This record gives sequence, C-alpha cells and structure tokens, in this order.
Amino acid sequence: MSKQSTNTININRRKFLGGGSALVLGFTVGCKQEASQSAAVTPIENVSAEVASGASMPLQSSTFNAWLSISNNGTATILASNPEIGQGVKTALPMIVAEELDFPWEKVIVKQAPVDPVVYERQVAGGSYSVRSLWDPLRQAGATARAMLVKAAADGWGINVDDCAASNGMVSNSITGDSLDYGTLAGKAAKLPVPEIESLTLKATADYGLLGQRISGVDNQAIVTGQPLFGIDTTLDNLHYATYSSCPNIGGTIVNTNLEHIKKLKGVVQAFIVKGKGGYSELRDGVAIVANSTWATISAKKQLEIEWDTTDASTDDWSAMRDQAEQLATAGGGEVLHNDGDADAALAAAKTKVSATYSYPFVSHAPLEPQNCTVRIADGKVDIWAPTQVPARAMKSAAEMFDLDPASITVHQIRAGGGFGRRLYNDYFLEAVAIALEAKVPVKLTWTREDDMAHDYYRPGGTHGLQAGIDNQGKLTAWKNHYVTYSEDGKEAVRWGAYMESTFPRQLVENYQINQTLQLQTIPTGAWRAPISCAFGFVINGFINEVSTAAGIDHRDFMLELLAQDDEIPSIFGDAFVPARARETIIEVCKRAGWGKQQADNRGLGLAFYFSHNAYVAEVADVEVLAGNKIKLHKVYAVTDVGPIVNMSMAENICQGGIIDGISTMARLELDAKAGAVIESNFDQYQMLRMPEAPEIDAHFLQTDNVPSGLGEPTLPPIAGAVVNAIYAASGKRVRELPLSRAGFTLA
Amino acid sequence: MTEITLNVNGESKTLKDVDPEMPLLWALRDELNLVGTKYGCGIAQCGACTVHFEGSPVRSCSLPVSAAAGKNITTVEGLAKDEQLNALQQAWVDMDVPQCGYCQAGQLMSATALLEKNSNPSDDDIDTAMAGNICRCGTYVRIRAAIKQAAKAKRGGAA
Ligand code: FES
Ligand code: FES
Repeated sequence: MSKQSTNTININRRKFLGGGSALVLGFTVGCKQEASQSAAVTPIENVSAEVASGASMPLQSSTFNAWLSISNNGTATILASNPEIGQGVKTALPMIVAEELDFPWEKVIVKQAPVDPVVYERQVAGGSYSVRSLWDPLRQAGATARAMLVKAAADGWGINVDDCAASNGMVSNSITGDSLDYGTLAGKAAKLPVPEIESLTLKATADYGLLGQRISGVDNQAIVTGQPLFGIDTTLDNLHYATYSSCPNIGGTIVNTNLEHIKKLKGVVQAFIVKGKGGYSELRDGVAIVANSTWATISAKKQLEIEWDTTDASTDDWSAMRDQAEQLATAGGGEVLHNDGDADAALAAAKTKVSATYSYPFVSHAPLEPQNCTVRIADGKVDIWAPTQVPARAMKSAAEMFDLDPASITVHQIRAGGGFGRRLYNDYFLEAVAIALEAKVPVKLTWTREDDMAHDYYRPGGTHGLQAGIDNQGKLTAWKNHYVTYSEDGKEAVRWGAYMESTFPRQLVENYQINQTLQLQTIPTGAWRAPISCAFGFVINGFINEVSTAAGIDHRDFMLELLAQDDEIPSIFGDAFVPARARETIIEVCKRAGWGKQQADNRGLGLAFYFSHNAYVAEVADVEVLAGNKIKLHKVYAVTDVGPIVNMSMAENICQGGIIDGISTMARLELDAKAGAVIESNFDQYQMLRMPEAPEIDAHFLQTDNVPSGLGEPTLPPIAGAVVNAIYAASGKRVRELPLSRAGFTLA
Repeated sequence: MTEITLNVNGESKTLKDVDPEMPLLWALRDELNLVGTKYGCGIAQCGACTVHFEGSPVRSCSLPVSAAAGKNITTVEGLAKDEQLNALQQAWVDMDVPQCGYCQAGQLMSATALLEKNSNPSDDDIDTAMAGNICRCGTYVRIRAAIKQAAKAKRGGAA
C-alpha cells in the first residue's frame, strides 16, 4: 500500500541469535498452554501431542531463531509473525521456513508470534506484503537452522559437512549411511554459531517440495468445530461486555445523555461518557455501556439518548457530491499531476477521439466479524486481544494516547474475521482501552453491525473525465484523465483518494496528462482492499475497451500492442512494471477463456488487466445479458503472475475471493451520506453477493521465477472492468458508473 | 428474568436469571460459552449465527432464548460426534474452504441441514439452501465443491 523499497530486506541479526535450549518440564508439548488460551487446537498440534505422550524423556525445545525451535520429540514449532485476517499467512509463512529447513509439514506446530516490532519488524497485514517482506528472512531462518543441524551431525560423526545430506527432518551420513533426526540434533545444533547469511545456498524454485503444494489452513480444524479463535470469542475471568456509541454525524460531540436511566437497566453495570481524543478518526466522543452480557449492552444501547453538538460535525452529502463531481470532471481545469508529452496537441491531431466519464461510489469494508477488542488491566499490566491488522501500531497509539508504559502492554495477535483494510485503523482498539481504564474491570467491546457501518474508514468514491486520441493506425496517442476526488482541507486528497502516480497506462502512451480536482469531504476514508487500484481497475479497463472499440481493433490485440514495449516502468509498489509479464497473463487468460471464438447471442467475453502490489493479473468474464438487464455471470478466468506460489490452495481460494469481492462491490454496493452521517446501516441495505450469484472461477497461476508477492488484494482490481467489457460485448451497453444497479442491471 | 432450560448438543442446559428476550445467539455465546456461533448482523441477513432448532436451520440472532426453551438446539460444536468430524466438516478441511473462517460455522450448519434432507443436491439446491449465508471473503466456489464432495462421501461413493 505504501511505497516500499525493492532492496534486499535488511536482516536484523537479533532474529538469528539462537536461543539455545530451554528445558520444558513435563511431557506435554510447550504449545499446549497457549493453545488452550486461544483454543487453537489444530490437527498439527494434535499430531505433536501424540508424539509427546509417547516420549520417554523430558521434552526439550531448542530455539534457533525468532521463528523456529525444534524439540527432541521431533516436532518443530514455527511462529507466524504477521496477523491472520483470512489471507492465509498463518499457514503460508511457516511453510516457507519448513521448506528451507527441509522438514516434514505434518510435524510442524504453528503458533502466532508475540507482537515484537524489534524482532519481527513489519507485523502488518497490509499491502499484500507479508510473503513479500518475509520471503528472505523466513527462507534464511530455515536455511541457517538446517546448516546448523547438518554441522552438528557432521561434528558428531567426525566427518565433513559435505559428506552429510539433509532432507525431510533427517541428516544422513553419506559415508556410513547412518542418519539422525533433527530432534536428536537440535540441542547441540542450536548452540553452534549461526552461519553467515552469505554462506547459505537457498533452494531454487524447481527444487521446492512443500512450496506450491495445496496445504489446508492450520486453523481449519478449529474453525469447523467452532473453537474459540477470533477476537470476538475472547473470554476471561470476570469479563464484562461493553458497547460504545459515538455520533452518527461524524465529528459530533456530546452535550447530554440519559446515563441515569441507562444505569438502571437490567444487566448494566456502568455507563459513562468518554471524551474524544486525537481527532475524530481515533477516539471519538461517545458513551460506554458496560454490562454483564453482550445482549444487555445492545438492549441498553437501544434506550440510550444522546444530545449531540454537531456544529463541527461533517456535513457531507455523498450523492450530491457525486452529481457535482460528474460536472467537474467534464469541465476543464484541475491541478496537473502528470504531463508526459503534449496530450492536448495529440488529441487535436488524433484521427478518432473518445471521451467518457466514469464514476464509482463510497463503500464500506464490512468484515463479517464486527470490530471488537478485549482489554484486561491488572497488576500494572495491560493485556489486549484484538483482531487488528497493525498490532504494533495499535499498541503504540494506545501507549501514547493514554500515557501508558509501552512495556506494560501486551497485544495478543488473534485471528481476524476479515480485514480488507478496515483493521488498519484502531478506533475500536482505543475505545476498548479507554473503557477498561475507566471501568476498572476486564471488558470486551463489541461493535454492532450498525456501529460498524456508521464508523468505517470508507473507500472514497471518485469520478474520472477521460479523453483519448487514436491515430490512423489505431494506436493510442493521447490519454487525458481529469480525476475528481475528495479532500478534507482543500489542499491534499483524502486518505487513499490521491491519484496513484504509476497507474497503468502511464509511460505506455506518449502523450499522457492527469489533472486532479478536489471536493471538500470530511467523513474519514481509508485503505480498502487494493486501495485506488480497486476503483481505477474498473475505470481504466472500461475506458481502454471504449478506445479499442473505436479503433476497431480486437481488445486483446489492442492490449498486447499497448503493452508491446520491453522497457520496464517504475512503479510505486516497489518493483518495476514489466510489460512482458503483463502480456503473458493476457495471452494465457485469453487462451483459457476461448477468446475469439464465436459467442452465443447476448453472450460476450470481457478482458481486463491490472498491475498492483507487484502482481500481474489478467481476467476474462463470460457474461450473458438477459432480458430486463439481468446479468448472468457464467464464468471468470484469472491468470496471475506473482512468482512462485507458496500455498496453492490458499492462492486459488483468495484469488476467487478477490474476484467475488469485486463482483459483490460492483453489483449493488453503494453508500450515501447525508449531513455527515452514513445512511446504510446493515446488510439489508448493503447487500453483498450471495452464493446463487457467484460465478464459477478458474484461478490459474503462471509459475515464474520472479520474487513472490502477495495475493490478498491484486486479483480484485481487474474484475469490474472485465465484467463491464463483457456486458458491452454481449449487449452493446456501456456501463460507466458503479454499482451496476444504478444503471438498472441486476445479477441473475 | 427467568430460568430457561434448553437442550444444546444433546445436553440439558439451564440458564438462570436470563432475559427471555435475549437472542439465542447471545445466550449460547455469553451464557453457555459456546462461541462457535457467530454474530454478523443481528437482523437475520448474514447467516453467521445459524444453528439447528429441532433439526432446522434458524438465525439464532433473531430468536429469543425463551422460544428455545425445551427445544433441541445443535450448534457447530455439536456437529462432530466422538471427535469424528461430519462429512461436511471433513470436506471443509480437506478442500481448505475457509479464508477468514468467520462465516463458516453458519455455512456448515446450513449445509448440514441441506444434506440431512437431500443426499444428492444439485447446484440449484445448494445455491438455494446456502443463499442465506454471506461469506464476505467469497469462499462460495469452494463451499459448493465441498458440499458436493461431502454428499458423495456420505452416500458412500468414492470422492
Ligand atoms: S447474525 Fe444472525 S443472521 Fe447475521
Ligand atoms: S471465510 Fe471469511 S466470511 Fe467466509
């Protein structure tokens, strides 16, 4: 999401300091205690428990580095350092260690790492960056331990390390044929000096045994049996339940409230006002109700009356602003952000000109698990269980806001029921800490769905006035986009509303100009799955299809021609954009979808491509437009190049998920705000895609040798473009504004 | 405040001093510590709170606990018998259905109810039975496939 360096990741030596051996008393596996706390009893842990119960000596665990320890019972414990929000990193990250360690996956116990930014650096679920940022450190963590185990075996046998081979958790002596398992060697190996990273030989992609396989998620057993796993499932002794009510008109402050009445309601233990701090996007003014059950908080909340002072509150009216943006986008002007060549002259000289206005609405993240946070403050220690994408940042914000000693705070990483960018922001976390500090009892704050819809950091809407010029060979010679976005201060675009500088097709069109106009808007916005790209993917792919149509050129051929150059193009995602990789995905997806074949009446294929988060994704939608503008999505084909795949199972799953999310959002999701308050309050008014509407999806990956990058976001941006282009191919109807329901389209 | 007895996963459970209006969802989660059943919307829209009420899938967020008095309730915690996953749970694990996993208890309850009535559901049967369950992560494609695999396994056919 933010600018990232492409350079080799800086390795913090501390991570690689071996911890030596720790004697764990008794015969149980060390993870058991933590497992019962979070009750994350995975099948893998069950395996190791059996191994342990058959052991006849005290269990001894040897720590090799911040991610890995190996026990003398033959199991390895690998810590997953980044938050799991449904993107699969709790399984994928440990797989990377196990691969380089050459260790059997069935004997791996996965645990969530403690939050420690000094050791683990970027413990963030965001930017599709977990696999990317940890690719080198995790491979090195596995490979250094493997080298140490081999060295320990060689020393024991009195032979050279070159006469040893390691595989599948065993080191073998190629002279005598003897072998020893890692568990036997671990105690000695962990005490050896950690080899220099430069001395390691990491595996080549072709030699991977585990990576690229389909591995079922490590929490699946617990998920399907309903074990406590999520933040909202946290239980503690003397736990109290809390709700928080802040002003629906964003930025309103409290004048008065009927606290005395609320306190008398059944189950209510305390009720009090919390004064906002740190701006309305952090801790907003609100009323906390603490009770003996979640239901008591919800029913008391229904009787809560608050008089708000809305003098300084937002006055946003999103539908009026969208109408106004439409006019602004087609008028000239705007601040020039990029100006390559001379777009106006090229337009004037063009044989054919195309212009159109595209727009999309504000939308909500709506993760299925509403925001929640459990806080216990006792004996000078603050323990927090929260489904956050940024545990370290949350901890720091709480320490600063409430003047707490950072060393006294422990944030427990806990599985999140979806993130999509919502949990990059810590308002609910700060509210829970504020409530626990005042209430002086352990509390679990649970937002209602209505709270969640009313207080999101919304994906900003946007409007684009586009113009293109084509020469007499059908080549795109001019591209102009007047982008109308939002701003709180009239100077800078709102969070995740600014034009993304390297956006496709920059540097592929000689004359390219981007202008930006800001409209005032104050409801907070934020990163929503593939921010910017999630909306631009629709606009740019839809408009390019108008251009290829005007040029009379097959869309696939037009795209390949546009991407014909071999020069790499710098991108804000870190790596340069390589047009050749884009071409490969387009060629392959068209092949799979049967591009160019005669289609039945009212049926058409639409192609789109987008590059985000260092991922190359081409998608084709196969759509039928039925009577009454009903759309049947027959199938979606996706071809992605993100380098080698870590876990093929989750890669396919999340690719399909990104596409479903994109279709869900484009179909009928739209928020309106009046007087600074969001109107849609629950899923009856914000109707996400359901199973009968979900198409079949072919998720295919090109297995390339490029550095792997993440998949949480990049399959979403192309889909809306692919679908609207298919609607055009099937019916001749051009969709330029989302959601589809605005133009009367519904999904069949 | 009243005393209410329910039969949850084959065990009789008595709730003392409970608000009869409390939705079954919160009684299960907060009073009985069965947190597998999830809250998503509270208005019978998302299906995350689906449980079986006398064998039929219901939205526990919209059913007062008093209405469940004396009734047989099955939650996701009660699907596995003697630690043996049911065919759907097994298919969910084998096919790696979950992404975040939050909706999956509700999905499994709806799917289990479907297979109890219909051992060989068509795509349309599956879509209809599952339409009340939102998966925000979009695991629909896998859910469909897993239901088919489980149905086959239950009928005794090889996968
Ligand atoms: S929580 Fe009951 S249907 Fe959503
Ligand atoms: S798996 Fe996340 S909501 Fe379904």
